[in-house]
Amino acid sequence: MNLKSKDLLGLRDISAEEIEYILNTAKTMKCIVTSNNKKTAHLQGKSIITLFYENSTRTRLSFELASKYMGASAANISASSSSVQKGETLIDTGKTIDDMGSDIIIMRHPMSGAPHLLAKNVKSSIINAGDGMNEHPTQALLDMFTIQEKKGTLKGLKVAIIGDILHSRVARSNIWGLTKMGAEVNVSGPATLMPPEIEKMGVNVFSTVQEAMLDADVVMGLRIQLERQKKGLFPTIREYARFFGVDDKRLKLAKEDAIVLHPGPVNRGVELSTSVTDGEQSFINEQVTNGVAVRMALLYLLTRRGTVNEVTD
Amino acid sequence: MKLLIKNGHVLDVKTGLDSIADILAVDGIIHDIGSEIGETGCEVIDANGLYVIPGLVDAHCHLRDPGYEYKEDIETGTRSAAKGGFTSVACMPNTNPVLDNEAMVKYVINKAKIDGIVNVFPIGAVSKGLKGEELSEIGELKFAGAVALSDDGRPVGNSSLMKKAMQYASMFDITIISHCEDLDLVDEGLMNEGFQSSILGLKGNPAPAEEVMIARDLILAEYTKATIHIAHVSTELGVDLIRNAKKRGVRVTAETCPHYFTLTDNACEGFNTNAKVNPPLRTQKDVDAIIQGLKDGTIDIISTDHAPHHIDEKNVEFKIAANGMVGFETAFPLAITYLVKSGHLTLKELVYKMSFNPSQMLGLNKGTIEVGKLADLMIFDLNEQYNVDITKFESKGRNSPFNGFSLYGQPQYTIVGGSPVVRKKVLL
Repeated sequence: MNLKSKDLLGLRDISAEEIEYILNTAKTMKCIVTSNNKKTAHLQGKSIITLFYENSTRTRLSFELASKYMGASAANISASSSSVQKGETLIDTGKTIDDMGSDIIIMRHPMSGAPHLLAKNVKSSIINAGDGMNEHPTQALLDMFTIQEKKGTLKGLKVAIIGDILHSRVARSNIWGLTKMGAEVNVSGPATLMPPEIEKMGVNVFSTVQEAMLDADVVMGLRIQLERQKKGLFPTIREYARFFGVDDKRLKLAKEDAIVLHPGPVNRGVELSTSVTDGEQSFINEQVTNGVAVRMALLYLLTRRGTVNEVTD
Repeated sequence: MKLLIKNGHVLDVKTGLDSIADILAVDGIIHDIGSEIGETGCEVIDANGLYVIPGLVDAHCHLRDPGYEYKEDIETGTRSAAKGGFTSVACMPNTNPVLDNEAMVKYVINKAKIDGIVNVFPIGAVSKGLKGEELSEIGELKFAGAVALSDDGRPVGNSSLMKKAMQYASMFDITIISHCEDLDLVDEGLMNEGFQSSILGLKGNPAPAEEVMIARDLILAEYTKATIHIAHVSTELGVDLIRNAKKRGVRVTAETCPHYFTLTDNACEGFNTNAKVNPPLRTQKDVDAIIQGLKDGTIDIISTDHAPHHIDEKNVEFKIAANGMVGFETAFPLAITYLVKSGHLTLKELVYKMSFNPSQMLGLNKGTIEVGKLADLMIFDLNEQYNVDITKFESKGRNSPFNGFSLYGQPQYTIVGGSPVVRKKVLL
C-alpha cells in the first residue's frame, strides 16, 4: 500500500485505510524512538524542511527529531527570519525551497488553507503541521495512536473533546479522523466557541461538559487561548474553568478506565485541573513520544511513495 | 451612418413589442421598427433565429480607473462589458482617488468618451473618501454627472450620517445605493458562517451582518422618504425584509448578482479564492429565496458587481485574497441558463431586470427599443451553448468561479448608439 496523495493536508482528505496504515507503521517507529540507538536509514538522502509561520516548540522539534532519527537532512525556516519579512509570497517562498531539492516541506501557517495553496504549487510533499483553524493532522494521528495503544482499537469508543472547538485545528482533525475510524465523538464547549452546524460532521454536541463526558472512553482537553476572552467570546478564565474545566469530579463521569489527552501545553487549572493533568489517567507525556513515532511513520511513507512497486508491496 | 437588423425576434418591455421585426438605425437613433424594411447600402445584421433586446444596463460594477489600472481600466472594463452584452454600465466610486468630487466624476466621464466602448455612468461617493464621516458634495456630484451615490465596498456605518445622506440626496433626486454590512458582525469573517466555514476552519461572516444593515437602511428610508437601492442582496431574510418594506411603501429597489442565484458557499471548497466575494456566497436556502425574490419582483435588478482583481491578489492564502469576481462576460448567460432556461423567469422579465429596471433606477432613459431612442441593442441566441473560458475574457481580471461552466445565451452582437461593437461574438 502507498499513500494516495503526495501531501498530507488533513485527515479530511485521507481514507480510514491510510490512517490505519500510518498508525501501524508508527508502532515500528516507536520501537526506534524508545531504543538506545535512535538512528535508522529510512530517510537517508532525503531533504526535509520545516517552514513555520507560527511559533512552535513541540511540533517543530518532534518533526525535526523524527527526520534526524531516520537520517534525513533537516533544516528549519522561521517566518521571522525569512524573506517573508521582505514581502515574499508564500508560493515564491515554497518554490525557492522546492528548487533547493527538498523532498518534504513541513508547514505551519496561521491561515487556514495555506498548505493547500503551497501543495498545488510545489513538487515537494507538504505536511500540514497546523493551518489556522483548519487542521493539524499529525496531532490527531498521534492522539489516535495513543488511544489505540491504550484501548486496542478506535472503533466504538466514545471520545469527548472539550473546549474551544471553533478555533481548534486539533479538534477538526480529530473529528475527521476519529469518525472515519468508527469512534463516537462528543464535543462540548461555550456556545460562542462552537462551530455552527458542527453536528453535521457526525459529532454529538452537548452544552454541558458533564453530558459530553458521561461514559466516555477518552477525554480530550483543548488549550484555551487567553486572547479569546478579550474578544468577548467568554467572560473570564475563571468562569470558563468553572463550567468547562475537567477536574477529578467530572472525570468520574467518564468510564473508570478512561484516558485523558491534551495537545499541550496545558493551562493548568483552566481546561484541566493539575490533578487530572498529572493523574494516573493522563497520557499527555506519552502523547509526546508517540508524536515522534507517528511523524517518523508519515515521513517514511511519504518519501516511499512512487519508489516502491505497489503490486509487490 | 445606417444599420439594419433583419428578422430578429425583437423584445421590448416598455412598448410590449415581442415579435419578428426589422430595426433600422440612422445616425445612432432608431429610425424605424417594422417588417420588411428594404434599406440598402448599409450594414445589415441577419438576426434570423436570434433575439434582439435592449442593450444591458449594469447598475453596479468596478472599472478600477483611476488608481487600480493594474486590475482593470476603462478601456478593458468597457470592452469586457460590451462582450457581455452591456451597452451602459454604472461604475462604483471606490477608486483611488475616490469619486467623491466633481473633478473625479468628470475624469471618468471624459476618459470613457475616449477609451470606453460602451456608455459609462459614474456613481459618486456618499461620504468623503468613503470614510463614512462627512457627506461628499452630493449636489456637485449630481451635476457633474453622477447617476447615483454609494460607498460600495464599505457600509456607511454611522446611522446618523446615513439618515442625513438620505435626506440630503432626496433634495437632489439622486438614489443612494447601499452596501449593507455591519462590520462588527462581520468581525473577521471570510466566508458565509455555516457548515462550510466550520469544516474549512475559516472564520464565518454571518448572514445577519448583511440583514441588520438592510433593516436599518429600510427603516431610515421609510423615515426620510428617500429613494434607496439595496446592493447585492444575498440572504433569505434580506429578501424578506425588502419585500416587507415594499409593502409598507418604502421607496426601495434591490439588486442581486448572478453568483447569488447560482452558487453556494460550497464553491469555497478547496480554499477557492475565486469564490471569495462580499457579501459571501450563502447557502441553498438563500439561493432559493433570491430566485423567489426575483420571481415575485422583490428584487428588481440583476447587476454584475464586476470586481476584477490581479492574479497576485487571488493566488494567495484565502484570508488575504481580495474579495470579488469578474462578472460582465458571464452575467447574462448565467441569468439565461439559471433563470430563463430553468423556467424561473420569462425572457421579458429578465430584460426588465438587466436593462429596463436598472436604467429606471439610475434615471438613464435607456433600456427600451423605440423609434427616436438611441440604438443600444443586444442580440443573442437563446439556444446556443458554450463553455466559459476565463482565458478568453476581455477583462484584465480572470477571477471567476465559472470557468468551464456550460451556458446558454452568449451575446452575439452588442450595439452602442447604432454602432456594433461586438459582431458575431467578436469585439470590434
